[in-house]
Amino acid sequence: MSTVTLTAKGTHELYLEAYNVTPDAFAGKTADEIAGLECHEGNRKGKLGEYFDIDGNGGETAADTQIIVKGNCKKIKRIGQQMTAGEIIVESDCDMYTAGWMKGGKVTVKGNVDSFCGIGMAGGEFIVEGNAQNYLGSAYRGDWRGMTGGLIHVKGNAGNDVATFMRGGKIIIDGDAFLHVCTHGEGGTVVIKGNVESRVGGQMVKGDIYVYGQIKYMMPGFKYVDDVEAEAVEGEKLTFAHYIGDLGERHSKRKGEIIYGNIYLKK
Amino acid sequence: MPKVIKNVGCPYCGACCDDVEVTVSDDGKRVLEVKNVCAIGTQIFMHGGDHDGRIKLPRMRQPDGTMKDVSFKEAIDFTAKTLLKAKKPLMYGFGSTNCEGHAAAARVMERAGGCLDNCASICHGSSFLAIFDNGYPSCTLGEVKNRADVIVYWGSNPAHAHPRHMSRYAIFPRGFFTGKGHKSRTVIVIDPRFTDTGRVADYYLQVRQGHDYELFDAFRMVCHGHADDIPDVVANIPKETILEVAEVMKNARFCNFFYGMGLCHSDGRNHNIDIAISLTRDLNEFTKCTIMAMRGHYNITGPGAVWSWQFGFPYCLDLTKKTMVHMNPGETSSVDLAMRDEIDAFINIGTDAGAHFPIPAVQHLKKHPFITIDPSRNMASEISDLHVPVKICGVDDGGIVYRMDNVPIQYRKVVDAPAGVPSDEEFLDAVYERMVELEGEGFI
Amino acid sequence: MSDYIIKNGFVFDPLTGIKGDKKDIGIKDGKIVEASEVKGGKTIDASGKTVMAGGVDIHTHCVGPKVNVGRLMRPEDKLFRSRTKVGNTRVEMGFSVPSTFATGYAYARMGYSFLNEAAMPPLHAPHVHEEIRDTPIVDIAAMPVMGNNWFQLEYLKNRELENNAAYTAWLLNATKGFGIKCVNPGGTEAWGWGMNCTTIHDPVPYFDITPAEIVKGQMETNELLGLPHCLHVHPNNLGNPGNYTTTLDTLKLAEGIKPNNKFGRDVVLHNTHLQFHSYDGTTWADFESGSKKVMDYVNAHDNISFDVGFVTLDETTTMTADGPFEFHLNRLNNLKWANTDVELETAAGIVPYVYDKNIKVCDIQWAIGLELALLAKDHMRCHLTTDHPNAGPFTRYPRVIKWLMSKKARDDLLHSFKWSEKVIAATQLESMDRELSLYEIAQMTRAGPAKCMGISNMYGSLKEGTNANIAIYDINPEKMPKDPELIEKAFSETAYTFKDGVMVVENGVVIATTPKYTVWTDVKVKENAIVERDIHEKFAKYYSVGLENYKVFDEHMHNPRAIEVDATN
Ligand code: SF4
Ligand SMILES: [Zn+2]
Repeated sequence: MSTVTLTAKGTHELYLEAYNVTPDAFAGKTADEIAGLECHEGNRKGKLGEYFDIDGNGGETAADTQIIVKGNCKKIKRIGQQMTAGEIIVESDCDMYTAGWMKGGKVTVKGNVDSFCGIGMAGGEFIVEGNAQNYLGSAYRGDWRGMTGGLIHVKGNAGNDVATFMRGGKIIIDGDAFLHVCTHGEGGTVVIKGNVESRVGGQMVKGDIYVYGQIKYMMPGFKYVDDVEAEAVEGEKLTFAHYIGDLGERHSKRKGEIIYGNIYLKK
Repeated sequence: MPKVIKNVGCPYCGACCDDVEVTVSDDGKRVLEVKNVCAIGTQIFMHGGDHDGRIKLPRMRQPDGTMKDVSFKEAIDFTAKTLLKAKKPLMYGFGSTNCEGHAAAARVMERAGGCLDNCASICHGSSFLAIFDNGYPSCTLGEVKNRADVIVYWGSNPAHAHPRHMSRYAIFPRGFFTGKGHKSRTVIVIDPRFTDTGRVADYYLQVRQGHDYELFDAFRMVCHGHADDIPDVVANIPKETILEVAEVMKNARFCNFFYGMGLCHSDGRNHNIDIAISLTRDLNEFTKCTIMAMRGHYNITGPGAVWSWQFGFPYCLDLTKKTMVHMNPGETSSVDLAMRDEIDAFINIGTDAGAHFPIPAVQHLKKHPFITIDPSRNMASEISDLHVPVKICGVDDGGIVYRMDNVPIQYRKVVDAPAGVPSDEEFLDAVYERMVELEGEGFI
Repeated sequence: MSDYIIKNGFVFDPLTGIKGDKKDIGIKDGKIVEASEVKGGKTIDASGKTVMAGGVDIHTHCVGPKVNVGRLMRPEDKLFRSRTKVGNTRVEMGFSVPSTFATGYAYARMGYSFLNEAAMPPLHAPHVHEEIRDTPIVDIAAMPVMGNNWFQLEYLKNRELENNAAYTAWLLNATKGFGIKCVNPGGTEAWGWGMNCTTIHDPVPYFDITPAEIVKGQMETNELLGLPHCLHVHPNNLGNPGNYTTTLDTLKLAEGIKPNNKFGRDVVLHNTHLQFHSYDGTTWADFESGSKKVMDYVNAHDNISFDVGFVTLDETTTMTADGPFEFHLNRLNNLKWANTDVELETAAGIVPYVYDKNIKVCDIQWAIGLELALLAKDHMRCHLTTDHPNAGPFTRYPRVIKWLMSKKARDDLLHSFKWSEKVIAATQLESMDRELSLYEIAQMTRAGPAKCMGISNMYGSLKEGTNANIAIYDINPEKMPKDPELIEKAFSETAYTFKDGVMVVENGVVIATTPKYTVWTDVKVKENAIVERDIHEKFAKYYSVGLENYKVFDEHMHNPRAIEVDATN
């Protein structure tokens, strides 16, 4: 595993779009070559070297490339976008689309992330030690294929629209979420250890939502069926009140039985 | 002799009434009288033409803070240079611009590599998000007039915002299959406030503010055979009422939902519309059902149409890459861009961002060059570095506008603008030419 | 404007009967001339290359309201799926429903010069013309959608052909339209009430007329007027197993009707996207190809033509004036659904659709399209389309050409399907050895459509005097490539495209634009007081826009090129 260390110089006036900060783009490149990779500040096409000090060479493949990003990345977008393997560690906050459309590998952000992070995720692991804003693990506008695989773990809170159009994979939020969880969901699992305001599972076709805290307003389309014991997160066996829904939405049948979406509310 | 011009479109609201009669003065410079137009439409016509109150030259801010008249040539030059210098300029507005103007603006911003957005961003933008996710089963207003026997106004108050909507299209007109007019229709109004529109309703449902989504879900449960599972009260509406109204919708011959800002602006905005679309679809299992946004300005549908065919996106366009276009409201929407301080030059066109944007957003924008293109003074023009007056589309300029149902209406010029005042299109085309002159090639 | 001589190319021009001969072509003042007439022009070396007239697309949804709803409602069709633009063109966005700029450039890169927009809702005509203005390079005509129009339903029910003809002429003029398009006759009006007409004898609710009467009446109207194009029909019951019977019933309506026109057209009915109408079986479970049954009839009747609507096995966006069909499709795939019913006239539905090669039904649809073209005896009457974007985007035409010209290419794909055995059992494609020639491809893609639309004096041919629209493909008929991929590549990006004598594409790159024209049909008819009164009445009572604002203003029509028709006697 080779490590490339980027240190943000803070030379960007506006937001920087660092879509090439991925193990895939760095693999097989020397520090100098990495410095020559493209990025955008508004309409100015720049080079990573203008905005970062770069130390170390990429590994042979993405899988054996690790990237550590230091300095203030609060105004840097698209780190880890579309990566397929390898690892990125961002030591500060960072902005939108972090780990967007990620297919594999691991991204860890030590601070907070903004909106649209982990959007359209298909695989890999995305860990946020702080908070995430809106549209975490959601689908891009208009796409009915939201998150399809992988794991997102936010240790703080998340905003609105978590996991819209989710089809697979898992999202764990240790804190709270606000409006809309798994809207239009068609699979996958979301675990919220804190509270949620409302609209959990609206228009949901399939999938599982676990809430450890309160749901302030439950959707009318969810109906209590029974109490179950389940392990939403490994090693945490708990008892939940089990609701099915959204009864206002279409549902498919498997072996003659209707498949609903599920909300499990901790007892 | 004063001249009467018929079949004129009203440049005020999205109902785009095109039966207005305008009497203009001998010299073609002033509107004397307008007929068939409601009160709010009349005002606009009176602003047009060549008269004392009209701003006839661009005004540029001087180092001492005052505004001074400059030539259009200087204004064009300043605008072109501002755009070329910026890394991420934003052009926003288009509430009162014709489609020719939208196309010209698109060419300018594509050349500049900036962001391009329209007022939908702060009003019906949530409709677009819902359309992206769930489609848009709609129809033209004439379909409603000729066929619809159940009309639902949800979170919209046409009595105030679109005064002739009910009489021309929705409730009162006698259409082909609705020969009895109002008598052949059932009207349902759903709104947290009891409005003047509520007065004509056969059913008025006072939904709890911010809980429309739940009420839609309950209606959908009826469609999906889960009426029994509906809680006793949803969003303040008793179960019996929900069941009764659901039956009215299901038994309609043709049902149409008109929704407005009440849905677009309350919590979880786009999802309210999204689920309304789902309900519309569900109802098509039982009858015919369509849905339509009550778009505000007379041509606010226009930029969405033009930019969709030019770029594939109706609003919130980020053209900064120059080789492709990106759109993602929440990021590339004007207010978000301004609030996050992503922008380094701003052009306010055919609207008043000064009045409509949150104060911190305006403060961020004000740090950079700020230009207003608009026929009249407004809050934005008064804080601008440059204010460029232009023709008023629909009064002293013609052009195509799109009604709320996406039907193109060809507007007519009724009076002459003051000499030398360009249309939005003419001004923007000149800016484009100047940019090309200053810096390299234009598009082939 | 430069003049050119295109030297030493292999020329394929079915309208003049040239079948791959080496021949020089001259371009002078934007027109094709005898090579010897060009003095001092530039020389283009086309040796080892194929020269054809600019392509002519007889059925594409490239501009207009429903195309635009398709663009608007599918941001994901742009995400990571657009072409990164090169050079100094406008940006090109979208895959299945490209932006206007992307559309014009992509057609030009494939060597096309004329498009027939297949469905213009009359009420939205100004919108269609705005999009035409913004679609670079290619000339465009648009067919107003009729067949569910209240005026016509009433006239045809009463068999008032003269009145129907007068109204049709008025409508072409008002919308600046090209010909008569008929979509799901009667069924789309029924959709106004959420219903449909699935056979040609289902009565239309309230109007008390049948699809058969509509189609027959419209065909007669078309020939009464002597329009350049024949009636262009999308029959009832599209996309359903067993629908080939409805198709045959519709085609039979043309029996005994003779073409009447001065444009060299000899068919009276064009069945569009025949692939969607050639289905056998009774359900999706026993779904199979009905191509042979349909083609036996088509081959034996020379007053009908068709385009195929090849399924290309892509993720695409379906859009048609067949409103009930789109609703039905949406119920099958549960993706987003847009619908636009247009007062007194028509409707439209839009649904994204994934033709997945791992789904048996999609593969059978793919095979049916190819079978139709391989069974055809006369490719002047069999045209290449994908019903863009319904069965696939038009940018896949080169791939379709590859499949038609190479048995290996289609067999490789056929055998790679997950359910290939089932697909083979439900179709006959595997047993078909035919490989189409470049001449037949030229018939399908330019000569045939141009003749069928009555525009072969301007488009689709290299005859002297026609517009210098020329495509030069990097493919050598004497040394056809072993690798079928090279066929696809050659047709994807021309070596050169000329439009009205201007070199607009060189080595697959758009290098210039040129004024492009809007082609429409200007029909003169005798004054008709009844029709005039009817028009005034319907506008006063039922339309939501004024009559004077309905007719496209001259200033909203861009570079008009009118085809004059005198039907006053
Ligand atoms: S309803 Fe709207 S468009 Fe009609 S006259 Fe009033 S303001 Fe004008
Ligand atoms: Zn079609």
